[in-house]
Amino acid sequence: MENNNKLLQLRGVSKSFGGKQVLAPTDLEIRHGEFITLLGPSGCGKTTLLRLIGGFEQPDSGSILLDGIDIAGLPPNERPVNTVFQSYALVPHMNVFDNVAYGLRAERRPREEIAARVREALAVVQLQELAARRPDQLSGGQQQRVAIARAVVKRPRLLLLDEPLSALDYKLRKQMQYELKRIQRELGITFLFVTHDQEEALSMSDRVVVMREGSIEQTGTPRDVYENPRSLFVARFVGEINVFDVEVAEVRDSDHISVRMAGRVVGLQVRGRRYDRGTRLHMLLRPEDLRLLPPDADRGIPGQVIERNYKGMTLDSVVRLDTGQEVRASEFFDEDDPDFDYRRGEPVRVSWVPGWEKLLPHED
Amino acid sequence: MKTRTPFKTAVLTVTWGWMIIFVLLPNLLVFSSSFLQRDELEFVRLPVTLENYTRLLDPLYGGVMLHSLWMAAVTTVVCLLLGYPFAFAVSRFPARLKPLLIFLVIVPFWTNSLVRTYAMKLLLSTNGIVNDLLITIGLIDEPLRMLYTEGAVIAGLVYILLPFMILPLYAVFEQLRRDLLEASYDLGAGRWETFVRVVLPLTLPGVIAGCLLVMLPAMGMFFTADVLGGAKNLLVGNIIKNQFLDARDWPFGAAASLMLTIVMALLLLAYYRSVKLIRRRGNDVALA
Repeated sequence: MENNNKLLQLRGVSKSFGGKQVLAPTDLEIRHGEFITLLGPSGCGKTTLLRLIGGFEQPDSGSILLDGIDIAGLPPNERPVNTVFQSYALVPHMNVFDNVAYGLRAERRPREEIAARVREALAVVQLQELAARRPDQLSGGQQQRVAIARAVVKRPRLLLLDEPLSALDYKLRKQMQYELKRIQRELGITFLFVTHDQEEALSMSDRVVVMREGSIEQTGTPRDVYENPRSLFVARFVGEINVFDVEVAEVRDSDHISVRMAGRVVGLQVRGRRYDRGTRLHMLLRPEDLRLLPPDADRGIPGQVIERNYKGMTLDSVVRLDTGQEVRASEFFDEDDPDFDYRRGEPVRVSWVPGWEKLLPHED
Repeated sequence: MKTRTPFKTAVLTVTWGWMIIFVLLPNLLVFSSSFLQRDELEFVRLPVTLENYTRLLDPLYGGVMLHSLWMAAVTTVVCLLLGYPFAFAVSRFPARLKPLLIFLVIVPFWTNSLVRTYAMKLLLSTNGIVNDLLITIGLIDEPLRMLYTEGAVIAGLVYILLPFMILPLYAVFEQLRRDLLEASYDLGAGRWETFVRVVLPLTLPGVIAGCLLVMLPAMGMFFTADVLGGAKNLLVGNIIKNQFLDARDWPFGAAASLMLTIVMALLLLAYYRSVKLIRRRGNDVALA
């Protein structure tokens, strides 16, 4: 049962270009029907990983199993996998219909079947009206839809999307994110999506694979990756984060320790995780975990508001702590709270919701 | 656009002056002398006559014209067969090697083509290098007769004109987007299908431009036929040259020259027609 669930398995796949390793031996499993995203900064190997699965590059080592069969040696045209290219790569001398029909004609499908399936695919991306247009007569968003229709019309086992939304403006990108999710649900195709945009990754994916310098840093649900980052890199790359350097001051019992931070001693709940006295740690707090309290409050770290940004739903502040560290806080707007609105330059105390902090081993 | 600067005026004057003195006037002279009669002392004299054109109708000249077209066509096909894969290969080389390879294609231009044609003659002659080599490695016992054949003329024409085929082809191959090829493979097309459906349509403008740049000069390159072809392998260019320099019949030479111009104009017309046809089929690639 467990095994039947896996569509694609990468085992120890690695790749170097000109002696420079761009992908360290990597394992990855993709399940049937999921929307999985490779997230990472440029040069982290995510596009190389995609191209290895698409067949445009050959791995130096390892195997790529699709439904248990190794496809690593097959050329792209013999893999039941299709790609939506970052550049769209629409054939310029063919109209929309011919572009979408390209892959079916390569399969030597009967004419009637091609016409029906192309119409169907164009309906999915809502481009039925534009079948006779050429790519240069379409907007960026429409070209994007043609590229998607051209790939899904082949009914691939796995659809690879290489930063497909990066060329679109913000509003259109948002809209296409919903469209892609809808298309994926409607067609039930497994999507492997590559992006460097963490917001896009979190909002679209069932699972996120965070990559860094040619290897996988963390794999998990968007919530998992956001709330329980396994490293400082993941924490910083996925959303904004405040990092405090702390040292374990006292281990009271298996659930409670106290740490020294910013010259103060603070008690923390650790739910059974073991720490030794004197260990240095990173304490991570998301901006939305922080609370700003009046300067006469009995808890929190003293500081001074140096920036206030009204964002509609939230009020974002930058606070310079007395230790010199700057932290970001993001609080939900509450009109009824008289203490809420601190002006720039006003002294405050920075606190957080107990238990929302995340401890990581210190990385030097 | 309406503003007139001294610079602009100067440039326009020089350009128009050049075109009028070196293009329009000579062509007018050729055009008018083609309707005159031959004169021993003054080269041409009145009255106006159509006799030169009726002489062109002689099957002898029609034959030379057809033979010229045939030789030019074979030259063009050979250049295309050599130039197309070459241009493709160069476009796939690492970026730092490309300028060197294109430089090597252009280097022969630095030597006069007549000199290069004589060099070709040395290679092909009965006791030339090619025959010596073939005999030495034992492929043949007696020297082959290569000089003064149709093949020698075509070889000479290909040698001189090949760069004119390679350069426009290289330009279109450089513009050929690699992601289109990847998309084609990704969608299940093999190499041949990708070539026919993507590469060929996108490089066709370069093919047509290269063919014109080879075919049109090939019909007029009289010295190649003179040096390598001997007396029998005449091109239209030889007839024209002979009339002006040897037979001293300027009016007839002018008429033959005009006929060649008309044939070339028709070829160009066919080219623009075909380009329009490709455009209508949806090819938006910039024409080389």
